[in-house]
Amino acid sequence: MTMASVDEAADWPTQPGGPTRPVRVDQAADALPRVLPPAAGVPGDLRAHLSRHGRPPYQGGHGRLIQAAEQAGLTGRGGGAFPVHRKLAIVARARGRKVIVANGAESEPASRKDALLLRVAPHLVLDGLQLAAEAIGASEAHLYLHPGIAPEVARALRERKAARLDRIGVKLTEAPQRFLAGQESALVNRLGGGPAVPTFVPPRVSERGLGGAPTLVQNVETLAHLALIARYGPHWFRGLGTPEEPGSMLTTVHTEDGTHVVEAEIGTSLRTLIAAKANAHGLDCSAVLIGGFHGAWLPAAKAATLTLDNKALQPHGAALGAGVIAALPAGRCGLIESALVARYLAAESAGQCGPCLNGLPRMAAALAELAGAELAGAELAGAELAGRGHRRQVPADLKRWAGLVTGRGACTHPDGTARFVRSTLTVFADEIALHARGQCSATQCSATSRTPFLPLPPGMPTTEDDWI
Amino acid sequence: MSNSTAFWYASRATGVVALLLLTAVLVLGILVNRQGRLPGLPRFAVTSLHRNISLLAVAFIAVHVLTAVADTYVSIPLLSGVVPFDSGYERLWLGLGAISFDLMLAMIITSLVRGRLNRVLWRAIHLLAYLCWPVAFAHSIGSSHDLQHGWLLYLAIVCALAVAAAIIWRLASAARQLPRAARVAAILARHTASHGPSQARERIPR
Amino acid sequence: MADTLRVNPIACSGHGVCAELLPELIALDEWGYPIIEGRPVPPSLDLEARRAVAACPTLALKLSRG
Repeated sequence: MTMASVDEAADWPTQPGGPTRPVRVDQAADALPRVLPPAAGVPGDLRAHLSRHGRPPYQGGHGRLIQAAEQAGLTGRGGGAFPVHRKLAIVARARGRKVIVANGAESEPASRKDALLLRVAPHLVLDGLQLAAEAIGASEAHLYLHPGIAPEVARALRERKAARLDRIGVKLTEAPQRFLAGQESALVNRLGGGPAVPTFVPPRVSERGLGGAPTLVQNVETLAHLALIARYGPHWFRGLGTPEEPGSMLTTVHTEDGTHVVEAEIGTSLRTLIAAKANAHGLDCSAVLIGGFHGAWLPAAKAATLTLDNKALQPHGAALGAGVIAALPAGRCGLIESALVARYLAAESAGQCGPCLNGLPRMAAALAELAGAELAGAELAGAELAGRGHRRQVPADLKRWAGLVTGRGACTHPDGTARFVRSTLTVFADEIALHARGQCSATQCSATSRTPFLPLPPGMPTTEDDWI
Repeated sequence: MSNSTAFWYASRATGVVALLLLTAVLVLGILVNRQGRLPGLPRFAVTSLHRNISLLAVAFIAVHVLTAVADTYVSIPLLSGVVPFDSGYERLWLGLGAISFDLMLAMIITSLVRGRLNRVLWRAIHLLAYLCWPVAFAHSIGSSHDLQHGWLLYLAIVCALAVAAAIIWRLASAARQLPRAARVAAILARHTASHGPSQARERIPR
Repeated sequence: MADTLRVNPIACSGHGVCAELLPELIALDEWGYPIIEGRPVPPSLDLEARRAVAACPTLALKLSRG
């Protein structure tokens, strides 16, 4: 079995309860789920967690967990895919006060995995946080998270305190609902009391972060995997996945039939991944968005031949990112969907860097023009798409702007947006030509429909308070 | 003309020139901040003139103080150039001169080591310019009978008007400037209508 | 070891002084912000580069080792 999944609504009982005597599950190396708990059970139950995994195995020293992470080949699951052992080592080597932050902000609107993980398996994440804190010698720990799940996580922390599982206290901070809120330097800025906007790097937060102290920032899923590696070892971790990209990962799969968080072995075929949660209707898609709003579109036929690993995806201009896989249903217009996403990305710019501030809104407006519509608030106006066409230089403008913004901001927001826009121009070239003639391939128009396929938060930030 | 009188005249003359130079420095400083330009000159001319004229002003003030000290008609101790209210002669007005000179030195020294200084600290000290100029102006009017009538009075008034106009422009410009969080919304709003090629080249000033 | 030019895009407000002083290495985009490729500065331009760094009104331009 290469996949196991948990649906937010379907697989979990809505009231506490479940088996009175939790059954210990042997964690075979090739078994799933790993970070997600087995389907039946109370979400976030400490007894079930302890029964399945035992107490956190504190290593009693700095180097051992880092070595295990290196041998396991664990990479970050927050989108950056940076080798975890290297980040741990940099901070561990530093002197003085050190800080660790578990990043559960999940600012990518299309991703649900971190929120779910914190709801159903908080103890695994919190184990990982404590173990990583021990490994780097951190004296201060934070968990940065979505406002909605803070009460449940706080409850989990209280249970752990009663069971004396934690060595250092964990401070919870709610992240604002901004796309950049989870960015490393924005996160440190926020935790320091300021707005969640990125700062200029160098120095990296691992050298000078919160309060000037070296700060380790790790995604909550990464910490969950780390907690398992500490118990079962690197060899066990490599029981799934590919040699270059070992392990399992959480993905958020969007199909016509809904959104599901699936824990899958790295290297799983994308076709299988999408098919697992879609009925036959859901398989009828025209394009797949991989990696989220900073990711890239792939034509459905191409995506069907690829697997869930960066080695397979990168030659085609895509990357795993935070594990978002969105299979655009055949009846939807990818051009309009992309124009809406581009508008969201532009609105979420911190507005600190000239190229991003100027380039992203122009790209969004241009993409809307290609779609035969106009930007109007959070929607696109011009639903009839009646033969408006677009000026001839719009695609050229888009390509020029995408090139101009890349690499010229303090963070990678313009780069990711440019990547998304470029892939839209490539994959939906036929759609663009159709729209230029006033037509559209969609049977269900996202411009008229109140609910676009890709999830987009309403509203946009206008004041400083929106970033706190 | 005796040596003493020559020194006295030199002090008065360099004082007037220093006031003119300081007025220019402040106006140029505001111009730099607002990314304004001098007609016919490249952008770096504005920043260069601002810095160079400020150094020139310091030179003129040094001569202005030294010649006043050297002049034996009234007794002005050397240190009164930087220590306020140290002089028996015209204690208040010369004291103000010393204060403004001290502020000037603080601004210039911090600017010379800008690269090593915290940006917020540098800016806070540089804002003292808005205190420095009025104090220097008060010193000029109060301690010199030259500026209290005739052409030099008109000159002093023109300087004051120039500074007032520059400050009003600065405040109006700052009031128009959008806070960071509102900038993106403003640009997006500008692009809700189909844009033509000319609009593609505008930018929001920061 | 040649130095590289970098700009802090948050501090940069597009004065454009750097591009005037160092046109060989710095161009302005259509919005007035500097385009710096991060190439090493050739020794012949080292003095000009330092002047440009000093001239930046917001100290956004930086010259870093190697």
